[in-house]
Amino acid sequence: MTPLLQLDGLTRRYAGLVAVDGVDMQVVPGGVHAVIGPNGAGKTTLFNLVSGLVVPSAGRIVLDGQDVTALPPERRAALGLGRTFQNIRVFAGMTVLENVLTGLHVRMRCGLPGVVLRLPGFRAEERRAVARARAALDLVGLVDEADQPAGALSYGDQRRLEIARSMAPEPRLLLLDEPAAGMNPAETEGLAALIRQLSGLGTTVLLVEHDMGFVMDLSDQVTVLNFGRRIFEGPPAVVRQEPAVIEAYLGHKVAARLAAGARAGVRGV
Amino acid sequence: MPPWLDDLLWTYQNLVHALGVNGLLALSMYVVLAVGQLSLGQAAFMGLGAYSSALMTLKLKLPFLAVLPLSAVVPVLFALAIGVPTLRLSGVYLAIATIGLGEVLRAAYLNTDLLGGALGLSGIPERAETWMIYGLLALAILALWMVGRSRIGRGMEAMREDETAAQVMGVPVRRYKMGALLASAVLAGVAGCLSAHVSSFISPGEYGFEPAVTILSYALLGGIGTPLAPVLGAWVLTLLPELLRGISDVRLVVNGLIIVVAVLFLPNGLLALRMKRRAA
Repeated sequence: MTPLLQLDGLTRRYAGLVAVDGVDMQVVPGGVHAVIGPNGAGKTTLFNLVSGLVVPSAGRIVLDGQDVTALPPERRAALGLGRTFQNIRVFAGMTVLENVLTGLHVRMRCGLPGVVLRLPGFRAEERRAVARARAALDLVGLVDEADQPAGALSYGDQRRLEIARSMAPEPRLLLLDEPAAGMNPAETEGLAALIRQLSGLGTTVLLVEHDMGFVMDLSDQVTVLNFGRRIFEGPPAVVRQEPAVIEAYLGHKVAARLAAGARAGVRGV
Repeated sequence: MPPWLDDLLWTYQNLVHALGVNGLLALSMYVVLAVGQLSLGQAAFMGLGAYSSALMTLKLKLPFLAVLPLSAVVPVLFALAIGVPTLRLSGVYLAIATIGLGEVLRAAYLNTDLLGGALGLSGIPERAETWMIYGLLALAILALWMVGRSRIGRGMEAMREDETAAQVMGVPVRRYKMGALLASAVLAGVAGCLSAHVSSFISPGEYGFEPAVTILSYALLGGIGTPLAPVLGAWVLTLLPELLRGISDVRLVVNGLIIVVAVLFLPNGLLALRMKRRAA
């Protein structure tokens, strides 16, 4: 199967630091792929590289067979790439509905003449977009807040709004950067259900997350980064037993002790 | 038209013209602020429109209905030339660069014999009619209103709030910035042409730093929530010196005070209303 996203030797160097170091990675269509790793492992930089906000120092990014390494973020969005941000970035002064409609920008075609002259296609397209935006808001449970300014929403609701905004155009690949951060267990469960639903609708999800229970429950494949390098990749059940992963998270002493414990019949992480 | 209205328009025709022209200039500021760009080249665009149209009328003897649309050509070419390098800048750096470019142009007018040097150009026939000024102003407001209430307007507002997030949503931020700059050049260029053809006289000082800041103050006072807001700001700031004739010596001071007060107490301008962007 051709991968939906393929990274070849992707590297980003900053002065005195290699944030992402020669990462090779493939995300197959369908399912949920997680990227985990300790703080500073390069996960967010990896997302910024894939979405085009950061220019790679070396390497290649191929989205659905097309080399997008040199494309600006908006062109990648038009090719079906969506994302959310770790630190919430809703358009606070715009209404909840307008936020989602902005997310639908890539799915709308009406150009300047159509807009200024209010050509027949304009109204129909706006109506379709509003219906689609409302459906996305309904999915995350924010449809009643549609006309409120986004800045007035609670933290958890802003996070859900960001997800609604990024999924409304039905991207082929959706990058979720720590979607469960700051959510309580019930909200996290709701989020997991939502991601499964998205996945069922044909969106491939690539997510960064620190909540290990969440990652292990949800993902089909897990890539582990440490110090910018890919140190392991495999299904969740294998990843949690992998000594290199345990060492990256807990240090080599704990890893050695756990390994000794595992040999004695105690479960790992 | 009843005789009293005719008299009134005749008596105050300079003011009536200035209100319309300044309204167009306020819109030319609005379009760049609407995409979050503090680009202050409006006075420069206006000067290019004024000088190029005056030359077309005086030297080439073109009819005004040809001069008016052609007056946008030179400002647009200038905007294309400065757009590519300046769009990499943002915030105060963009403001400084655009003011600098305006000053360069002013110095160029001062030292070009064809443009009359410091004396400027005089004897420009008064061919712009009041209805043309207000017709174009109304058209511009209407067009910008339509743009505001569309996916393009949403993209523009999103850019203003968070350029990175807007880009990730697929809003082509570079194209929109360039489009805004070109629209700004057209509006200010046409305004320059109209003002040159109602006042019959233009000189370099009308297009320097002071008018650049005055145009900014229109939008700051009025706000940028809708295209009507900056026009209202322009009207208040154009009428004030007329109403307060006694203090016209300190007009710049008053303008400065108004900017400060507007920024401190009316962050969204006099007309703080937002445009509703919901489809019916």
